[in-house]
Amino acid sequence: MSDFKIHHREGEGVNVLELKGYLDAHTAPDLENAFQQLLNEKRYRIVVNFKDLSYISSAGLGVFMAYIEDVRKNKGDIKLTNMTPKVYNVFDLLGFPILYEIYKDEKEAIGKFKDGKKQ
Amino acid sequence: MVAMAKKISKTVLSRTDHLLEVRDFVSEAARQFGFSEEDVANIVLAVDEACTNIIKHAYQYAPDKEINIAIVRNNGTFEVKIKDNGKNFNPDALKRPDLQRNLTHHRRGGLGVYLMRKLMDKVEYNFEAGHSNEVSLVKYLSKKQSLIKK
Repeated sequence: MSDFKIHHREGEGVNVLELKGYLDAHTAPDLENAFQQLLNEKRYRIVVNFKDLSYISSAGLGVFMAYIEDVRKNKGDIKLTNMTPKVYNVFDLLGFPILYEIYKDEKEAIGKFKDGKKQ
Repeated sequence: MVAMAKKISKTVLSRTDHLLEVRDFVSEAARQFGFSEEDVANIVLAVDEACTNIIKHAYQYAPDKEINIAIVRNNGTFEVKIKDNGKNFNPDALKRPDLQRNLTHHRRGGLGVYLMRKLMDKVEYNFEAGHSNEVSLVKYLSKKQSLIKK
């Protein structure tokens, strides 16, 4: 039984990771692998869609912290979208909205990549 | 109606694939006690963080050790006591995580302990001579919620 799934799709030069299920200390390594693969392929414009993510713990949030700096050094970004209030609350408690761009909608985040060529 | 047992407990092995089972155990008990869905989610997350810390720090990923989770329900108090026999862990030595600093140093530590304190009404640690730790996580049922329950 797998309680966490990642679906990767790409369009217009932006890589979207759709997360589904439960992101905890058990499943966080799967997300790490997905980010590592994107970095290995020099894909730095990343949007993470949380629409179907039911749960996140700090182990999940730690993955974003581990990769954001490398991504930004390469003129990219990790933008976060479509969080449920429950998931957003965890990001908010840890102060993530100051350091990460969080959007209601995936299209908005993709649009930001298109607007700012520098990213 | 069957009376709710004051104390229930569960023991799991120190492996991250048991976290889901722990969360289900705690969420059912918290919901039954009358907490709102938001409070249930907060309690479940705090317990997950405590167990994850035990697996990582106290047992350092040894997969065959035990974690005991006991839930004590008394009047308006919901207490989760989580016990392990691993290495002592002193959370008071941890400062509030500095996200900006963590970001530039690839560090992720301290988030779990910080979250536990934010999510619960009371968090206490007890250590016993070298090889037993207990963390107690307490959440109080608000008056409004206990009236609804009645």
